[in-house]
Amino acid sequence: MSFMPYVSPDQMMKDRSEYAHKGIARGRSVIGLEYADGLLFVAENPSSTLHKISEIYDRIVFAGVGKYSEFEDLRIAGIRHADLRGYSYGREDVKARDLANAYSQSLSTIFTQQMKPYEVEILVGEVDGDVSGTTLYHVLFDGSVTDEHGFIAIGGHAEDLTEALKQQYQEGWDLATAVRTGVKTLGAPDQREIAADGVEAGILDRTRSHRRKFRRLEDVEVTQILSTS
Amino acid sequence: MTERLNPPVSGASFGANPSFSDLLRDSRPEVVRSEREISTTDVLVPHGTTVLGLKYADGVIMAGDRRATAGYTVADAKMRKVFAADDYSAIAIAGAAGQAIEMVKLFQLELEHYEKITGDRLSLEGKANRLAQMIRSNFPLALQGLVVVPLFGGFDHTVGEGRIFYYDATGGRWEEDDYQTTGSGGQPAKNSLKKRWRAGLSRSEALRVAVEALMDAAEDDVATGGPDPMRKIFPNALAVTGSGAADVPEDEISAAVAAVLEERS
Repeated sequence: MSFMPYVSPDQMMKDRSEYAHKGIARGRSVIGLEYADGLLFVAENPSSTLHKISEIYDRIVFAGVGKYSEFEDLRIAGIRHADLRGYSYGREDVKARDLANAYSQSLSTIFTQQMKPYEVEILVGEVDGDVSGTTLYHVLFDGSVTDEHGFIAIGGHAEDLTEALKQQYQEGWDLATAVRTGVKTLGAPDQREIAADGVEAGILDRTRSHRRKFRRLEDVEVTQILSTS
Repeated sequence: MTERLNPPVSGASFGANPSFSDLLRDSRPEVVRSEREISTTDVLVPHGTTVLGLKYADGVIMAGDRRATAGYTVADAKMRKVFAADDYSAIAIAGAAGQAIEMVKLFQLELEHYEKITGDRLSLEGKANRLAQMIRSNFPLALQGLVVVPLFGGFDHTVGEGRIFYYDATGGRWEEDDYQTTGSGGQPAKNSLKKRWRAGLSRSEALRVAVEALMDAAEDDVATGGPDPMRKIFPNALAVTGSGAADVPEDEISAAVAAVLEERS
């Protein structure tokens, strides 16, 4: 029989929260931006195969920062949730809000009941119909959710990046402007330029004729966008 | 003392299972019907009839007539039997219509789910194998009359050409070199293709050969519906090439039908 020393709930939550914050701050950031035709997610990622940004469903995109194994776990859970929903009901019944709520519930449970919290923050984005149908949810490691408008940065330098975006952001940017601003902003805190092959970018393009609106931007496309200004 | 870690390094519990049908069986067992005991021998269910697939210069064309029958009744005159399975493959079904369409839906989801979970598209070989397993799991129902026998065709980027696979009710899988048919009018359609098909057909030639085979099948098989220009009912066709799978527009098909009728009149 081992004895657990008494720790007040206040202190316990504070410790866990600090632990999760530290883990997330070590990692790189992801920026989510609304542009004229939908949503752009852009990140600095030296790996071209271990993604931070990925497709969940026809009109839903996911991005995670922090510990890879943990946000990968959430990504897979999200795809399973969405595919089961779409099979049981209809494809148009799969909604980002429902998914954000599910993420919020499980992250909150993990935060309060497990030995260690997940060291992750995630974004869930959706496009639907016209500009007014775009939604962007930000879910934190403790399960708190916020509904963002226009732009948001998560991860290492989240606050600086969001502040920087606030200075520049304009509605109705075309894709090239959004990508250039996103990449420039990502490099700004350390005053460096991020090369095109270190950029991971994915878009939900509501004008795409395919049922699945998500598309990754290939290296050549990013290179081309960054070289013209 | 710490417990020794015993990682499950083999089997389905290691890593994320990319199969949608496994996920469905685990989370919603009530909707997976293959193991349920039902007898359908006295129930008339609609059956889809003739479909075919053939290779041509750019890839494969899959086509099917539009009739579904239940006994001696035409259950549906505009049924669709040819579907894109994903961006580079197509599936054409004959047999118990309800069961077949459900299988197509599951197969499409299976491919999409795999692609999203792993980040890679399945190889054409992998898709064909997966379909064989799904037909095999339907075998208990096939014994009770709900037989589903699809044709599967797709573009294989590793060899740079189209490939066609056909199946039997037990999940047996064979690859076909040039063309294949299945369904109640499969035999007359195949006889027709045997005379008309040759390697390297152009798209319009291949469409014409396909349409003619379906018309021949409709002449010899009551369950196969021929084209009906009066009611604007024409066969469905799907072309799969290196740049993707796409429906053949109806005006191209009606033109092919008109050309065949012209030649025969």
